[in-house]
Amino acid sequence: MSFMPMILWSDALVFLLLAAGMATMWHVRRHEHLLLPWRRVARSSTAMVSLLVLSCFLVVGLLDTLHYRVALPQQNNGETVYAPEVLSVFDKLVEPLRTHTEKTYSAPFALTLYAKESTTDAQGNVVRDFPRLQYGGAHLKDPSQQSEDVVRRGGLGALAGLLLGVLFVGFVMVLRTRKLKGAAPQSPPVREEAATPHLHGGGRQSLPLVQNLTAKYGALIITFLTLATFIGAITNLATAYHVLGTDKVGQDVLYLSLKSIRTGLIIGTVTTLVTLPLALFLGVAAGYFRGWVDDVIQYIYTVLSSIPSVLLIAAAVLMMQITIDQHADWFETSAERADLRLVALCLILGMTSWTGLCRLLRGETLKLREMEYIQAAQSFGVSSMRIITRHIMPNVMHIILIALVMDFSALVLAEAVLSYVGVGVDPSTISFGTMINAARLEMGREPMVWWALAAAFAFMLVLVLAANLFADAVRDAFDPRLSRSEA
Amino acid sequence: MIAYLIRRILNAIPILIGVNLLTFALFFVVNTPDDMARMQLGIKRVTPEAIEKWKAQRGYDKPLFVNGAASGTEKISDTIFWQKSASMFVFDFGYSDDGRSISREIATRMGPSLAIALPTFIIGLFVYVSFALLMTLFRATALDIAGVALCVLLMSISGLFYIIGGQFLVSKLWHLVPISGYDGGMNGFKFVVLPILIGVVGGVGSSSRWYRTIFLEEIGKDYVRTARAKGLSELRVLFTHVLKNAMIPILTGVVVVIPLLFMGSLLTESFFGIPGLGSYTIDAINAQDFSVVRAMVFLGSVLYIAGLILTDISYTVVDPRVRLQ
Repeated sequence: MSFMPMILWSDALVFLLLAAGMATMWHVRRHEHLLLPWRRVARSSTAMVSLLVLSCFLVVGLLDTLHYRVALPQQNNGETVYAPEVLSVFDKLVEPLRTHTEKTYSAPFALTLYAKESTTDAQGNVVRDFPRLQYGGAHLKDPSQQSEDVVRRGGLGALAGLLLGVLFVGFVMVLRTRKLKGAAPQSPPVREEAATPHLHGGGRQSLPLVQNLTAKYGALIITFLTLATFIGAITNLATAYHVLGTDKVGQDVLYLSLKSIRTGLIIGTVTTLVTLPLALFLGVAAGYFRGWVDDVIQYIYTVLSSIPSVLLIAAAVLMMQITIDQHADWFETSAERADLRLVALCLILGMTSWTGLCRLLRGETLKLREMEYIQAAQSFGVSSMRIITRHIMPNVMHIILIALVMDFSALVLAEAVLSYVGVGVDPSTISFGTMINAARLEMGREPMVWWALAAAFAFMLVLVLAANLFADAVRDAFDPRLSRSEA
Repeated sequence: MIAYLIRRILNAIPILIGVNLLTFALFFVVNTPDDMARMQLGIKRVTPEAIEKWKAQRGYDKPLFVNGAASGTEKISDTIFWQKSASMFVFDFGYSDDGRSISREIATRMGPSLAIALPTFIIGLFVYVSFALLMTLFRATALDIAGVALCVLLMSISGLFYIIGGQFLVSKLWHLVPISGYDGGMNGFKFVVLPILIGVVGGVGSSSRWYRTIFLEEIGKDYVRTARAKGLSELRVLFTHVLKNAMIPILTGVVVVIPLLFMGSLLTESFFGIPGLGSYTIDAINAQDFSVVRAMVFLGSVLYIAGLILTDISYTVVDPRVRLQ
């Protein structure tokens, strides 16, 4: 079966961000002074554990970003016709989750539907009972085996996950030890050594290297193994059950939650593509040139920030909706339309949230431009452009970085609220906001349909918590106001 | 002081004009009134006559900025911009799509909004500052670390969860208060308790942590050392010295939101069925009633600017060294 790779607008932006991130990483790795604060981040075990959790989310999000369309069997005068449905590599990986849809709600691990239905049994009598699910636990003949089967499958999966995790950790440790051992006799310092001089200083000869590594990465290894075990158990269970139940139209909630990750990540990151250039350019220009440039830029951001942000976002989104609705011909598939709406939402969020960062950067530039080294550059006749790019921008980078990582979690949370207000992502886009919105209406039912809500909130909590902890570590490492012994 | 205030208020005018132009551009230039009419009447199968009628009913059948057909001052005043935007400066918001006066709606809905927002604000401020002072008192101990961890956890939870969870637990499971609704006077008490409680709890994480940072910054200063050297107890140092000196950064963040309390909270009000300005705004957004949304945007920015001016005045109250001129 042939397929056609598809790059949606948001995919392109994600790839752009990824490329920019890689380029920054490469640049930072080659400059010792830029690497220093990152080493401080790496030394914090909270930061590394959160980064591990975040990277799990990131992997899911990235796999979900590689989109394609499958070719349909029939052909239109020799031309291949592609299905209107846009799939991603992630969809392909978890195909059973995506395709195993039930009729309607079912609780986590349930064997039967949530609601009673009338069925005709073999004798022709109409019976009202909970019908068995089409996929969830369908392999079980006898419903009473359910708990035993769940435990068995979960245990086996967990064991397999743990085993794979241990193997991976062992493999990495062996590689690491080799590298350190090989580097130890020679004098040029290895990067990891420079990172923790106090650990290596006296104890390197006496402590065995493996023990040393475990001491350094203990928390990280434990988290990794826990995650591996957990993912193993869930994976094994998800093949036979709906681990988090199903929603109103019978879609697997686990699948929906995993798909929501991409939307959350995109809102949290693509928005910075708008915020960053606007805030950086305008903030630095206002602070550096002062005079009328400053007046104009200050006026613009005062106007924007004086409008309550939810209202401004709502107004802009309403207008965008009208434009999109009127140009139905712009989009070949509904996925493209939903995707453009997501990108437009990021754009709007970016347009309304750059003012805070801009104000910070303006203040910092005002301070920097009075520094001796800038005045020296000015008296040497260095052009303004060059002073800004050579001397001012590198010195405000820490502010930008702190602001960006801090904004991420706020944006992920904002998405849910905006979707509730009705000005969020397209209703057909799977996101935490749309999940909560759909599940909220079922709170009144008896017995309650709680699993979709719980799943959305739990996934969001883990993502935002990890992002917050990581952001804190980054701020601690980069903020020059915090006193540091070794800095 | 008076001269300063007058200057600040005059300074606000260009900003409000900017807000006005921005919303005008958003609502009328990006999408013309024709687009809006088609949207309201249904995109397909709509006759030009129906659109003209819709526009005429709502006064959208005029030119945008300059009316060439009219004479004299009417050239300017008989336009959409003049009638829909300029009139906002005298707080004349016109009529919503269902034909009600927006100004009157705002006046009647302010009460319920305030009934929720004001207690939430006052109780919240008290709780957050106390919690932050407590963490500062036990700084660098296990108690402080646990407090900060709790704050980070609480601020990582979606605001929607607090509302949905609170409604479920208190109203549905324990049947302590009704799930939603509103009533004036003393009868309203049982309706506002839960929204206020949830509002306070929802803000604990970020606010307390922020106040803690402010207090910790103050506590490293020289006057604190002097106070301790004089033999004052740590409690006294915190409450009389640190708290007073931390007032300026606290006020910077707090006073600015006081006028905005009138706007109410979008989420809380719509979840609890409170007939305030927040739910008014949400309803307008859902019904795509642009006149109401524009009115609320304008009102919001007026209140925000009022908050900024109030903040400056509050500085002079807590710090006699600050002189406004």
